[in-house]
Amino acid sequence: MQPRDVDESFLALPLSALAEAALTRAVDLGCEHADLRVERIRTQSLNLRDARLESLADGEDLGLAVRVVHEGTWGFAAGVVLTAAEAVRLAEQAVAVAQVSAALVTDRVELAPEPPHEGAWVSSYDVDPFEVPDADKTALLTEWSERLLAADGVEHVTSGCMHVKEQKFYADTSGTRTRQQRVRIAPEFTALTVDRATGAFESMRTIAPPVGRGWEYLTDGRYDWAAELAEIPGLLREKTKAPSVEPGRHDLVVDPSNLWLTIHESVGHATELDRALGYEAAYAGTSFATPDGLGSLRYGSELMHVTGDRTAEHGLSTIGWDDEGVEAQRWDIVRDGVLVGYQVDRNTARMGGMDRSNGCAFADSPRHVPVQRMANVSLQPADDGPDLDGLIGGVERGIYVVGDKSWSIDMQRYNFQFTGQRFYRIEGGRLAGQLRDVAYQATTTDFWGSMRAVGGPSTYRLGGAFNCGKAQPGQVAPVSHGCPAALFEGVTILNTVQEGGR
Amino acid sequence: MSRLSAQELVEQALAASTADGCVAYVVESTEANLRWASNSLTTNGAMRSRQVVVVSFVDGGAGMATGTVARTGTPDVAELVAASEQAARDAGPAEDAVPLVSEAPAGAGDWDADPAETSIEVFTEFAPALGEAFGAARSRGDLLFGYAEHSLTTTYVGTSTGLRLRHDQPTGRVELNGKSTDFSRSVWAGVGTRDFRDVSVPDLAADVERKLGWAQRRVDLPAGRYETVLPPSAVSDLMLYAYWTMEARDADEGRNVFARAGGGNRIGDRLAQLPLTLRSDPHAPGLEAAPFQVVSASSGSASVFDNGMATPAVDWIRDGVLTNLVRPRAWALKTTAPAVAAVDNLVLEAPEATASLDDMVGATDRGLLLTTLWYIREVDPQTLLLTGLTRDGVFLVEGGEVTGAVNNFRWNESPVDLLGRISEAGRTERTLPREWNDWFTRAAMPPVRVPDFNMSSVSPAS
Ligand SMILES: [Zn+2]
Repeated sequence: MQPRDVDESFLALPLSALAEAALTRAVDLGCEHADLRVERIRTQSLNLRDARLESLADGEDLGLAVRVVHEGTWGFAAGVVLTAAEAVRLAEQAVAVAQVSAALVTDRVELAPEPPHEGAWVSSYDVDPFEVPDADKTALLTEWSERLLAADGVEHVTSGCMHVKEQKFYADTSGTRTRQQRVRIAPEFTALTVDRATGAFESMRTIAPPVGRGWEYLTDGRYDWAAELAEIPGLLREKTKAPSVEPGRHDLVVDPSNLWLTIHESVGHATELDRALGYEAAYAGTSFATPDGLGSLRYGSELMHVTGDRTAEHGLSTIGWDDEGVEAQRWDIVRDGVLVGYQVDRNTARMGGMDRSNGCAFADSPRHVPVQRMANVSLQPADDGPDLDGLIGGVERGIYVVGDKSWSIDMQRYNFQFTGQRFYRIEGGRLAGQLRDVAYQATTTDFWGSMRAVGGPSTYRLGGAFNCGKAQPGQVAPVSHGCPAALFEGVTILNTVQEGGR
Repeated sequence: MSRLSAQELVEQALAASTADGCVAYVVESTEANLRWASNSLTTNGAMRSRQVVVVSFVDGGAGMATGTVARTGTPDVAELVAASEQAARDAGPAEDAVPLVSEAPAGAGDWDADPAETSIEVFTEFAPALGEAFGAARSRGDLLFGYAEHSLTTTYVGTSTGLRLRHDQPTGRVELNGKSTDFSRSVWAGVGTRDFRDVSVPDLAADVERKLGWAQRRVDLPAGRYETVLPPSAVSDLMLYAYWTMEARDADEGRNVFARAGGGNRIGDRLAQLPLTLRSDPHAPGLEAAPFQVVSASSGSASVFDNGMATPAVDWIRDGVLTNLVRPRAWALKTTAPAVAAVDNLVLEAPEATASLDDMVGATDRGLLLTTLWYIREVDPQTLLLTGLTRDGVFLVEGGEVTGAVNNFRWNESPVDLLGRISEAGRTERTLPREWNDWFTRAAMPPVRVPDFNMSSVSPAS
């Protein structure tokens, strides 16, 4: 069912003519490098409040951009009119922008080389969500929301689904011509309960991750939505009656549904080379994992093996070629607990003394310049590691953390604080009921250094998000993180009610 | 270049509509930006874009339903209208259905005029001044990082009820971050602007240089509750979160911090001990924003049925008392309360306050002076407990003087709780929210003093 090539309606755009017009003009104007991107991004958001459709918004963003390196300086211009004349104008404008900037630039732009590529790549999905009638999508979301709303103790249900279909054509002066299409989906259901008398309210959200799949994610049974929706009301009831946590140091078993976000914040962003070199210093921030620590910085315990990839099936950062024409790859970032790699684009690869980019350039729209964005950064399971019961069974007293919720980390990626959808007391190697008001707080290297056990392949799951933010002007990128469940010793637990001074 | 004008697109869409109601709008955008790091320009750009949005309203018998379709560029209007009508027919009756707005708001704008535009030339004076600041920083041995952006959006809204509205929105911001070469000292200055004519690079650079000087002496302090002076930028980031949470429906349903135990909302409750006023006003000088609503998708705080509705000045908190919450017309009808729309600016004021930030530092015996807040996220919606970091300058104040720079902290605080604990507020001035300026730049806030700000743990970041 999966299409072999990009949709005909996109290929019917004058892609080659735009490329020839823009690149020829850029070369004539003396650019040492030029690239052209044409992108069409379809988005659709369905939002339901208490099982009634609140909004259905359908968008399409179509445009083109020319990026040049002119006498060692970047220039960029973007527009929405798909004509050869406009492509020429954008090439000229990009060169003009480079010339204006030149007076203020001291670092010369150099790009790591990449062999030319030609071809098509389509992500792994079965059913294009934009081919499914809106009425069918709304009906399914409504029915599942009603099911939740009808359950005992559930007062409100907030639900929704976002779909994206991204089509890109890329051409550059080295001869690369690629066309790509990928689809992703983010369904979410949250049940809320309100205690009118006390004014207390509490919620529980599905932990099903957003993925690089089509509408079949909701219908083909590979994810057990029925089971998850069925258990949420009971979990929510239990949560409202759960005791408030005793703050202090606790052993944590962290489920992949929570750990993916901790990886994202404390490993993913910290190992972006542009950050480590200071290019995001005023905005997204820098990194404690500076290049002088490559090959020596102890990131975590010896059990820690983290990879970066743009190849995992259904991964949200998975592509064929990146937005600088670099082929998708997979590489090590942390091996045996030591920092061994970064995520780079072609310019930062050069700065980092690397022969080749590992393909992490991404622009979130035709209006934006590509910047280094995150690969699927994943914690590898232990081949012979325990299953979830085995991990929990090894803990005398501790807490099991499921699902992500609140997250925050500092600008150098040291100090973080996370909450979750639910927390369970572990006593004598068994779960002993939920806890409330829990947050965990740590410093990145302390946390990963305290990792005492890594789950086996049976615990490995892909988590992720659509909305990772970086760069100015701000860009959002989708990214997945695979991880097993893992055990961390002596992590600081806060009671969020006490933190609020109550 | 021959292409349809925005006004023509709106008229074509309304003419093509076969629905029971239609709202069509076009947003013409131009934007220019400069970004720099380590005293050198890094990226830049000039962008032009156009978005065409059609919202159709179809009465399927059981009530009015809606569908929204948006496209960039110059789309096939007939196709766009048909798609939005199909979406509406598929949607089922909308809970927020009310008759479309037909009364033109004050300040409907010049419909016939061409869109306003900006370009990279907006930086003609700014860029050389920045170059001079780079040179000065280089000779001091400091590094400058930052970003400047200017955008102009012109929105043309047409409705099947006869409204033709237009609004030009200039938006600009500058952030200047200074660091020592080893990155151990880091400070920030920023401003919002409409046109860059009021941006002084020397003033921003002087602010950065002064704070880098303060940071020469480093003091390590543990987590704990501290008397803290928050400058306007930090106050704006906290108040914005409170503002974005001010949804009447959520409150009435018992599901946000403005819900009253036992039912209803907390309008009428005293939130601040000082007579503080938190307000929005589309005509606030220097912070001018659209005087009418433009909504592409309904939510608890806005409705597509309210497109074109006037958004007059509103007090959210008046003299310390919660006065208004955001309420679309449909929810207003349901709860017999006034319809109140959000406005794209926010002002916090203390009446007759005259103290500047420096005055408040001078009156501090021992406490912390912050610069900005960062990575603010909600921890507990019940109390609106937020967490975040201090960033780019925590200073120790002793005997009315800054005596050194302190490590950063992770803090846990609720802006609603803080309102009740603010012991002093200074003079309100225009400020740039550090955390939220990607989405919100039009703010004016006072510096405030909090006797017991909760610094939850130390962050080693600089
Ligand atoms: Zn991120």
